[in-house]
Amino acid sequence: MNKVVADAAEAVKDINDGAVIMLGGFGLCGIPENSISALIKKGVKNLTCISNNAGVDDFGIGLMLQTRQVKKMISSYVGENAEFERQLLSGELEVDLIPQGTLATRCMAAKYGMPAVWVRAGFGTEIQNGKEAREFVFQGEKNNYLLEEAFSADYSIVKAWKGDKFGNLIFRKTARNFNDPMAGAAKITIAEVEELVEPGELDPNQIHIPGIFVQRIFQGKSYEKRIEQRTTRKRA
Amino acid sequence: MLDKNGIAKRIAQELRDGYYVNLGIGIPTLVANFIPAGVNVMLQSENGMLGMGPFPFEGEEDPDLINAGKQTITEIPGTAYFDSALSFGMIRAGKVDLTILGAMEVSEDGDIANWKIPGKMVKGMGGAMDLVAAAKNIIVAMQHVNKAGESKLLPKCSLPLTGVRCVKKVVTELGMFDIVPGKGFVLLERAPGVSVEQIKNATAGKLVVEGDIPEMSI
Repeated sequence: MNKVVADAAEAVKDINDGAVIMLGGFGLCGIPENSISALIKKGVKNLTCISNNAGVDDFGIGLMLQTRQVKKMISSYVGENAEFERQLLSGELEVDLIPQGTLATRCMAAKYGMPAVWVRAGFGTEIQNGKEAREFVFQGEKNNYLLEEAFSADYSIVKAWKGDKFGNLIFRKTARNFNDPMAGAAKITIAEVEELVEPGELDPNQIHIPGIFVQRIFQGKSYEKRIEQRTTRKRA
Repeated sequence: MLDKNGIAKRIAQELRDGYYVNLGIGIPTLVANFIPAGVNVMLQSENGMLGMGPFPFEGEEDPDLINAGKQTITEIPGTAYFDSALSFGMIRAGKVDLTILGAMEVSEDGDIANWKIPGKMVKGMGGAMDLVAAAKNIIVAMQHVNKAGESKLLPKCSLPLTGVRCVKKVVTELGMFDIVPGKGFVLLERAPGVSVEQIKNATAGKLVVEGDIPEMSI
C-alpha cells in the first residue's frame, strides 16, 4: 500500500525513450514541476506528451521542447510558446490538436475503463476526418456524434495539493483541471504533492482521487507556481 | 457605432437572472463588467469553476486560481471547483444556459470559424469546439468587418470551421442579428448612429430586414 518514492528522479526512473505520457495542468496552473525537471535531467527522448497546453518557452513542458525531448504533442491549445511554433513549422514536432473537452474525456474514458466515447464536438469540422460518425437520439434530441477513442498512455504524471502514503489525493482550486481525469488514466500514475501526509490525516470525505489510481507518490519541493497572466484590480 | 465595451454592454442585456454563463476570451470577458442590476448570473470557467469573481487585488493573486484565459481571478461566495472532464460534462449536457464567444467568421446558417488560419500559426481550438457543439444558446461578439474592410458575416465561412449551424445571435459594432438557418442574418437592432444601408453594405451574407429596425439602447 505504501506508494511513496524518494523524489522525482526515482518516480520517473523507468520512463524510457518513446514513452507516451500524460501531464496534468492547465496553462502553468497545477503542472507537475518536479517531474518535468526530472525528465529533463534524465534526458529521455521521443516522448509523446498528452497535455492541454505546452507550457511557455522557459517553463513547464516548454522546457522539454527546448531540450528536443518531445516527438509529439497532443493538446487543445498551444499558444504562448515561440519554440513550439518554430519546431512545428520546421516539422521537428508532430502536433495533434483536439478539442479541450474531448481531450479531458478521452483521459476520463481511459481511467473509467471505456475504450471510446461519442461526442458532438468537432462534427462537421476537420476534426471529423477519419472518424466514425453516427446519429443518436439522446434525451429527445437528434444529433450527430463522433467516436473518440480513449488514450492509451504509459504514464500519467499529476500534481496535487495534498496526498497520503496510500496515494489518496486532494487538489486545490482550479489546479485540479486535467490532473483529476489523468490520475489513473495510464498504466502507471505518478503523483507529486505539495504536502505528503500519513494515512488517516486526510478527511476521507474530501478525497478527490482514491489511492487505487496512484502507483507512486512523492513530496515535491521548491514549487515556483508561475503565473501566466497576472491580472489584478486596484483597491478602491 | 459600438466600441468593444458597447458590444459587451448590449450582450449583457441578454443575460437573465439565474443563468449559468460561459464567457470566451476577448470582448465576451468584458460582458461581466455590465451585468444589469438585479440579474444574478453564475460564470463558468471551463478549466473547472463555477462562480468566477473579479480580478484579485494586487498582491492577492493565487497561482492555483485562474480562468480559461489563464488570468488570475477570485472566487465568490458559493463558488464550486471541479475537474476539466466534469466541466465539459456540464457543458455537453446543456447545463450552461448561454455561451458568449468571439469569432473570425460566421455564416448565414450559423456556422462559426474562430480557431485556425491556415498557413499562419495555429494555436488550437481550446474549448471552443466543445462549447459551440453543445450550447443551446450561443451569442457571438465580433467585429463586422476585418482590417481589410471585408465582411465577416458571410454566406459560407472560408476558414476552417469550429462548429456548424450553432450560432443563434451575433452582436457587432454595427448591430444585433438573429441567425435563422435557411433565412440568414435577421437584423434586430442598429447600433447608435448606424443606418440599415451601412449594415447592408458591410454584410456579405443574406441580410433580412423586416419593417422598421430600432436603434439599440445601451
